[in-house]
Amino acid sequence: MPDMSASERAAGERVAGESRPDRPLVEIRDLRVSFEGVPALRGIDFAVSPGEAVGLVGESGCGKSITWLAALGLLGPTARVSGSVRLQGEELLGAPPARLDAVRGGRIAMIFQDPATALNPVHRLGWQVEEALRLHRGLEGAAARAEALRLFERVGIPDAARRLASYPHEMSGGQNQRVMIAMALAGAPDLLIADEPTTALDATIQAQILDLLREIQAEAGMAMVLISHDLGVVADLCTRVGVMYAGRLVEMAPAAELFAEPQHPYTCGLLGALPDMSGPRRRLVAIPGSVPEPGRLPAGCAFAPRCGFATAACAAGVPELEAVGEDHHAACARLPLPDAAAA
Amino acid sequence: MTKLLELDGVSRTYSSRSGLFGAPIPVRAVDGVSLSVAPGRTLGIVGESGCGKSTTGRLALGLERPDAGSVRFAGAPMPAPGTAAWRRQRARMQLVFQDPLGALDRRLPIARQIAEPLVVHGIGNRAEREARVAALLADVGLPAELGRRHPHELSGGQRQRAVLARALATNPSLLVCDEPISALDVSIQAQVVNMLADLQAERGIALIFISHDLKVVRQVSHEVAVMYLGRVVEQGDPDEIFAEPAHPYSRALVSAVPSVGPRRIERIVLKGDPPNPADRPSGCAFHPRCPLATAQCRAESPALRPLVDGRLVACHLAATRRLVA
Repeated sequence: MPDMSASERAAGERVAGESRPDRPLVEIRDLRVSFEGVPALRGIDFAVSPGEAVGLVGESGCGKSITWLAALGLLGPTARVSGSVRLQGEELLGAPPARLDAVRGGRIAMIFQDPATALNPVHRLGWQVEEALRLHRGLEGAAARAEALRLFERVGIPDAARRLASYPHEMSGGQNQRVMIAMALAGAPDLLIADEPTTALDATIQAQILDLLREIQAEAGMAMVLISHDLGVVADLCTRVGVMYAGRLVEMAPAAELFAEPQHPYTCGLLGALPDMSGPRRRLVAIPGSVPEPGRLPAGCAFAPRCGFATAACAAGVPELEAVGEDHHAACARLPLPDAAAA
Repeated sequence: MTKLLELDGVSRTYSSRSGLFGAPIPVRAVDGVSLSVAPGRTLGIVGESGCGKSTTGRLALGLERPDAGSVRFAGAPMPAPGTAAWRRQRARMQLVFQDPLGALDRRLPIARQIAEPLVVHGIGNRAEREARVAALLADVGLPAELGRRHPHELSGGQRQRAVLARALATNPSLLVCDEPISALDVSIQAQVVNMLADLQAERGIALIFISHDLKVVRQVSHEVAVMYLGRVVEQGDPDEIFAEPAHPYSRALVSAVPSVGPRRIERIVLKGDPPNPADRPSGCAFHPRCPLATAQCRAESPALRPLVDGRLVACHLAATRRLVA
């Protein structure tokens, strides 16, 4: 079965969901992950529509990467995963390894923060891209070489023909990230998960890679989930943004609305903690304390101990995401916040 | 204003080899940089990897000797490394860098490590040192009992506070912070930035704040220097430079800052990677990536010259004010 879907895709058939935009490409329901009894992800509901760019922000350990590693069966045997992850209706959790192999890189591709460790240091770059083309599109020999060259040119690697013969260590960090993007595109995926793709790169190179991601996403009609700690990066690329804290989604909204009218106190706090690039300088509003350790979560809302709006009621139960506007959800028992919060 | 620290035309060249048997190639990490910082003020240094900002910080601290130029601290030349005078001076200037876990000894409790500079410099007796450590922990907002814990028992933000407490132990007049908050989460970054501002206001410490994060540099700095390939290309008031960058490189750098608000400067995406310092382009080192480069830029290296508003810019085109709106 996986072979059939791969060859169908090689024939250029793209995104069945495009004709049915109301049906999510990926639908995650009550996804939970724990490691040796310690919860890392505590019930996530999340859907990605075909062709849309969604951002996931949050601080280290909030679960934004774990969500997708769990969805793709990439967590080790110590992880206990429950819930449901459907790719156009097909359940991925507990799917046979051969099926997941076809999905990973084929339907859903992933790129990471550190391209140098994701590439194989002992193989030439061209060989690595051709391998992806062979696995996911069944291309061999000259056809694979021609397609690898096309992909290298597409992602803007200068002197592409010669670079196919290079090794990862001969390339800069920015060029290696372009190679990773070329490999991700090799399978013509429906969804690209980009996990902190520009965090290790210099500012001007980050701008190049963000532009490239925007272009290929629009051009291929591919959906993208951009995982980042940098709200600016997410604002730049995504139309919808989810904010995670301590293994839960705490707010989800259209990007412009989230940044202009954040509802959850944690989102407000994150935005207040960012220095501005223009206007008068003001003292930053820091969120007091630090993220709780996964094994020592407070009762009820995990953000309550750091929250200026918390009351005794916040410890009573974990708040669920509730609608606070059109397509805008937040998980906070104190909503709407008193007026002072808006500032 | 009297300067606490003055770098005057400092250069630092390293030797690098291409391959195992290649001939050594001189690499100018820092090339004729002149900067200064006054007591109680912050000099921000921004630029991308390989621009020489960290080497500049090490030259400022006397951890490296310049091959050319001079470093003066409190009006006197920097003593030779390893001498008694150098050690005395070192107590007055401290370095804080990105990775607090790497800067701390994993086997020792935090309080012992904060006391270490006091022991090294022979300051106080045991009881006085204990009192000083308690005061330092309070100064950086750490509860006293954390002093008994080991580095791995602290969060990233707490570790960076501990590193700061240790740096403050000898009551330095200069702190060089090299990417001090880059490894921290956003909400913790703001805590550390605010704390640095408070400590500076209370103690009149001069700061050299080295970072790739322009937003944070703007937040903390009184003056900012933009470096490219070992040289300062623009220097002046951070509000002016970040609102209206005059050098095409500063302009690209500022325009590349991802922002949640509306963009004030249209994004300029530079082509290519930052060049290799071992293979410095002719003329202006930025010309291969510069959208405005002319024949003059390829041939002549521009000097850092003042514009009418007082900031310094090293660009042939900025000098004719064609770049300044």
